[in-house]
Amino acid sequence: MAYSDKVIDHYNNPRNVGSFKKEEEGVGTGIVGAPECGDVMKLQIKVEQDTIVDARFKTFGCGSAIASSSLATEWLKGKTVHEAGGIKNTDIVQELNLPPVKIHCSVLAEDAIKAALNDYQKKAAHESETEKTATSAGA
Amino acid sequence: MKLPVYMDNHSTTPCDPRVVTAMLPYFTEKFGNAASRNHAFGWEAEEAVDQARKHIARLLNADAKEIVFTSGATESDNLALKGVVEMYKEKGDHIITCSTEHRAIIDSAKSLEKRGIRVTYLPVDKTGRVDPDDVRNAITDKTILISIMLANNEIGTIHPVNAIGSIAKEKGVLFHCDATQGVGKIPVDVQAMGVDLMSFTAHKLYGPKGIGALYVRRKAPRVRLVPMIDGGGHERGMRSGTLPVPLVVGFGKAIELCAQEMSTESVRMQGLRDHLQDGIMGALEEVYLNGHPTERLPGNLNVSFAYVEGEALLMGVKEIALSSGSACTSATLEPSYVLRALGVGSDLAHSSIRFGLGRFTTREEVDYTIDRMVKAVNHLRAMSPLYEMAKEGVDLKSVQWAAH
Repeated sequence: MAYSDKVIDHYNNPRNVGSFKKEEEGVGTGIVGAPECGDVMKLQIKVEQDTIVDARFKTFGCGSAIASSSLATEWLKGKTVHEAGGIKNTDIVQELNLPPVKIHCSVLAEDAIKAALNDYQKKAAHESETEKTATSAGA
Repeated sequence: MKLPVYMDNHSTTPCDPRVVTAMLPYFTEKFGNAASRNHAFGWEAEEAVDQARKHIARLLNADAKEIVFTSGATESDNLALKGVVEMYKEKGDHIITCSTEHRAIIDSAKSLEKRGIRVTYLPVDKTGRVDPDDVRNAITDKTILISIMLANNEIGTIHPVNAIGSIAKEKGVLFHCDATQGVGKIPVDVQAMGVDLMSFTAHKLYGPKGIGALYVRRKAPRVRLVPMIDGGGHERGMRSGTLPVPLVVGFGKAIELCAQEMSTESVRMQGLRDHLQDGIMGALEEVYLNGHPTERLPGNLNVSFAYVEGEALLMGVKEIALSSGSACTSATLEPSYVLRALGVGSDLAHSSIRFGLGRFTTREEVDYTIDRMVKAVNHLRAMSPLYEMAKEGVDLKSVQWAAH
């Protein structure tokens, strides 16, 4: 199968490979897929004042899966949490010229984004809960 | 060294230039039909076909009359299974084969199942071998055929065919062997193996594509087949159709060369294969051999690189022609059924790569392959979440994955 130049570029020069500490404040982590299925994506965002200031990924999967998650980290940076929720797998398919058999890679990337956003929001809600409790206890 | 490097010799092999030279006159000045009995053009073609048949029979310790030319191993497998079942269906309705056979056998067996034939698919051990005792235990008074391959096309494991052959003989059941990957690479003797039918093809042994053969035993027992292709009664009536004389000549020449060079070639190939295996396993951790450590084709190496996906790996070494058991390289999105049958987990099946060395593989190419594989695996492990988790001490089997 021939890969598009963009997929090859992301494969050879993946953007934002790496990890943040999961416990770190403002970090949201999404892990989707399963080794048995041949794809696992870990996608992380770092949020400051509702804006994604940084993103990281690690992916076990084919070249298209790697490229989809690499591209996702590029797109996430600079977006607000709300805007990030609007990234669609079809945008990834279009940008990377993915063939039909690789569409599931883009779906997985969208799932990873959603999972990371959810994790961030859950953590943020929990933190403000704790803050509130701490404030009221202090008062 | 010329790029790309060809390391996929289980898939097909290049035609040996000596084979091409032998074939050429039979396209032009020696173009006769081997079945033309009444002129010199026909006699010339017939003589060439007879010569080729003799070379082939000699390598297998068979008689020239027992070689039936076909279009390739797939046709030979189809003819063996369907032709035997059709001929002997009054005697029984049960055949035995194994779960790691080539698709030409598995799909022929499935087609027979639709026609009411019962098929036993024997399991294999973790090295890919069938246990001859399992064959013995599966035989019933309705069993008419056992079909077990000589060497597996993915993992190169060589089955204990001699033992299976003697069980078949003892029980009076016909034994077919798909020897496509073995003929020309390892010694094959139809008498010692006790086979009654055997499939093989030219393009896996440095001959042309489009020609194969089925060995059909003529004595003790005399095997009969219902043909799948009717016509002029060529090939003792088992496979009609004008013989492609240039291809037959090429097949014969390729086999003649294998007979002459096999002993030295297999030693050289195994040396290169071991060098490849040691080079890769010495430089990388968690590389697992798929198949049998010793009972394996000399040019075969199939390994799983934990934590990286096979297709991604192939993409990283695109100057090397290889094959993967990863789902992503197949149309079905299922990882290799052969590796699954060995008990290899889906995760490691997705991470498998098959190296197929051949007559024209050089040491320089093997060294290049080692270097590129090691770099590509390290590149991918650096971005693998599984590798990271494993390094952190997470047991990947205990993780609740969000399967999709």
